[in-house]
Amino acid sequence: MAEFGNPEVVEEEVDILIIGGGMAACGTAYEIGPWLDAAKDAGADIKVKLVDKAALDRSGAVAQGLSAINTYIGSEQDPADYARMVSNDLMGITRDDLAYDLGRHVDESVHLFEEWGLPIWKMDENGERHNGAEGLPSLKDGGKPVRSGKWQIMINGESYKWIVAEAAKKALGTDRIQERVFIVKLVNDKNDKNRVAGAVGFNVREHKLHVYKFKACMLAAGGCVNLFRPRSVGEGQGRAWYPVWNAGSTYAMAAEAGAELTMMENRFVPTRFKDGYGPVGAWFLLFKSKATNAFGEVYMDRNKEMLDDYPPYGHAAVPASCLRNHLMLKEMREGRGPIWMDTVTALANLRETLSPREVKHLEAEAWEDFLDMCIGQCGIWAGENIEPEKKNSELMPTEPYLLGSHSGCCGIWASGPEDIGAPTTEEHPEKDKIPSHLPEGWNWGYRGMTTVKGLFTAGDGVGASGHKFSSGSHAEGRMCAKSMVKFVMDNKDWTPELDTDVDTLMEEIYRPVRNYLEFKDYTTAIDVNPNYITPRMLQFRLQKIMDEYVAGVATYYTTNEHMLNLAEQKLEMLKEDSLKMRAKDLHELLRAWENYHRILTAEAHMKHIQFREESRYPGFYYRMDKNFVDEENWKCFVNSVYDKETKTWTCFKRAHKDLVDKSKLFK
Amino acid sequence: MPTFVRTDKCDGCKGQDKTACMYICPHDLMKLDKDGSETGHAMKSYNQEPEQCWECYSCIKICPQNAIEARPYADIVPLGASVQPLRGTDSIMWTIKFRNGTMKRFKFPIRTTPEGSIDPYGGKPKADLGKIAEPGFFNKGEQNGWREGDASELICK
Ligand SMILES: Cc1cc2nc3c(=O)[nH]c(=O)nc-3n(C[C@H](O)[C@H](O)[C@H](O)COP(=O)(O)OP(=O)(O)OC[C@H]3O[C@@H](n4cnc5c(N)ncnc54)[C@H](O)[C@@H]3O)c2cc1C
Ligand code: SF4
Ligand code: SF4
Repeated sequence: MAEFGNPEVVEEEVDILIIGGGMAACGTAYEIGPWLDAAKDAGADIKVKLVDKAALDRSGAVAQGLSAINTYIGSEQDPADYARMVSNDLMGITRDDLAYDLGRHVDESVHLFEEWGLPIWKMDENGERHNGAEGLPSLKDGGKPVRSGKWQIMINGESYKWIVAEAAKKALGTDRIQERVFIVKLVNDKNDKNRVAGAVGFNVREHKLHVYKFKACMLAAGGCVNLFRPRSVGEGQGRAWYPVWNAGSTYAMAAEAGAELTMMENRFVPTRFKDGYGPVGAWFLLFKSKATNAFGEVYMDRNKEMLDDYPPYGHAAVPASCLRNHLMLKEMREGRGPIWMDTVTALANLRETLSPREVKHLEAEAWEDFLDMCIGQCGIWAGENIEPEKKNSELMPTEPYLLGSHSGCCGIWASGPEDIGAPTTEEHPEKDKIPSHLPEGWNWGYRGMTTVKGLFTAGDGVGASGHKFSSGSHAEGRMCAKSMVKFVMDNKDWTPELDTDVDTLMEEIYRPVRNYLEFKDYTTAIDVNPNYITPRMLQFRLQKIMDEYVAGVATYYTTNEHMLNLAEQKLEMLKEDSLKMRAKDLHELLRAWENYHRILTAEAHMKHIQFREESRYPGFYYRMDKNFVDEENWKCFVNSVYDKETKTWTCFKRAHKDLVDKSKLFK
Repeated sequence: MPTFVRTDKCDGCKGQDKTACMYICPHDLMKLDKDGSETGHAMKSYNQEPEQCWECYSCIKICPQNAIEARPYADIVPLGASVQPLRGTDSIMWTIKFRNGTMKRFKFPIRTTPEGSIDPYGGKPKADLGKIAEPGFFNKGEQNGWREGDASELICK
């Protein structure tokens, strides 16, 4: 009988394993069906499995719903415009091939969401807004969406994930989906260390160790949250802006498998409504609200000459997100806080032009914006008696998050499309510092494949792009479906062999359980024991290091070479101590491995900031010893690989190249 | 706003092996206390790690007994407020109670098709294996969402 600490081993061989059940994975699950059928007709019977640590209906960043689809190109804009916007918002260093490719595909997914039942707001011919259930023509048939920004469209998105998951589950079939399995690590191939052959994880509900073997795998387990100390450390600790359950699994597992990471120095520090982290986009763009300092001065106007320090990125019609933070932080640092969102004036202005019916509608829209995606913010408004038409709300920059699909671009170096003019060779002065086993150029055969053979990624996993959001992550997942089917067909005679035997994997994964069972009776206090560390304390230690040394909120997002060197030493010891994690039940085993993934992600972040000798993202972080943007030496990608044997990182540069003309942004 | 379970309402999902709240929580927080040894309330669920709750409301929306509510984070929010949904098949009703007693109610659509009605590939073309290495999905253009782009924008092509 399987019991805690002595699980049943379940071994399974498939052709394709999908890790994650979020937007990207649901895209893969949907798109893959017809290609599997076509492959079958051609004589290839391809076996697929999807595993998610949670339940597809509500897993991932869209669990709560969303109030907008943030990437919708529309017939009036060009994928090149989109690639330009992505590039400027991320201070010039993104892969145009990835952004452009996403731009041409993404609306295909958005139109499907509407077909499946997602209500998308519409604008009628008089310019009045209607919710998505009022029967106006669909986007596919030429209906006009309500734009809350150049790229965003409004939705009634409470059930967004539920709907996308229903399509994914129907497409793949529930017998090919396994929920509540947490994947701990990928396993390389026995004969080729630069290839993946398997993955191993455990069941969070039953005493089972799952070992999968495969030819190809898509890793789309989201971004990383709670690697920095959050602003609230009591009960409110869970109210991070990005979902607390995205624990860096994507980056950590890919790194350990040898995949090349990119732009891990990038982070996202969103400015949001204070404490609840409610979205501000609709307030700025739809309700035309302004943000001010304590004295009612609009900091974007007051400090606008600060944008001149960062040409050309500060000079676009919409300056990069980090620069907007930069201008706001000046007010906070110099004691002119708090920062206010002037909802009162914004709503009063709108009232002047709207009918009473429209005003009532507007009030509902303002609340819906939170209720669809950040309900906690409503709790704060209700608790503090805030009605936005009567009382302004405070804004605050959050703790940093690592992600590749929202307004950030850290992630894995992935193979791009071949028809956009991307470089196929590597041409730059420090070319010889790139480890020689890594591919040259931006495409090496299979769209979405990492530099490790057989390992694909999408959504938050793909680095150096960003601004894909929910729709783009779905579309990117779909691209991987195709290329994985092709990869499997091209490798049909290849059989995966794991480089580590199952007993060793079991030992490693259940070590926290063993630590607990062996030592739990040594002291009278279950949590205080010199022989082990609880996952919770491990997380606190990580957060303290990152917050205080690696430009968290404690230092107003500042750091320097010396602080980073200290962080490096402390993280190394933390990584050593992760061998002493304890797990008193399966829930704690989940927390243990999530926090291990956070540590590796944090380490990558720190190493990249250390390597990049400039401050590329002022407003997100400042290296005070190199507090400038150095276009001459650092307009390049910073990439890295991790060696799981020596547990060390190697960082190096890759050349950046524009594939679309960026000067158009500044005309 | 961590969730809490009302002792007078939770029926432990009638002793099924999988309770709805345990099934749905993306962060593995809801737990059924089978014998009451952890909470003093046998066969009722509880939030085992309130400080990890994202207040995503997934468990609240799914509970068949409406037994789960949220109490705004005690370390952030003054007492007295509540935000409670009632999720139906095509819409959701929200009741918001302010600390000062003000009440607001909103109803929003959540989906335009019946739950469970999605026909993923109905009316869609088959995939053409000959095009597997080209850009575009299996149903390229079927949704009118493919954006070809102005080729002259690609300066390195
Ligand atoms: C607060 C917030 C606001 C946002 N606003 C918008 C918006 O308005 N519009 C918009 O379009 N987009 C928005 N987004 C962005 C959008 O949600 C993401 O871009 C998208 O969900 C990313 O997709 P993904 O598949 O990469 O990750 P996710 O959707 O987060 O999925 C990750 C999946 O991996 C699983 N997983 C994690 N670790 C493991 C593991 N080790 N083993 C197995 N499974 C694992 C998770 O359970 C989950 O299923 C927002 C996100 C947040 C959090
Ligand atoms: S879903 Fe509701 S009734 Fe069922 S166990 Fe959870 S709280 Fe109790
Ligand atoms: S609100 Fe969300 S995170 Fe909190 S317990 Fe419920 S399902 Fe879990």
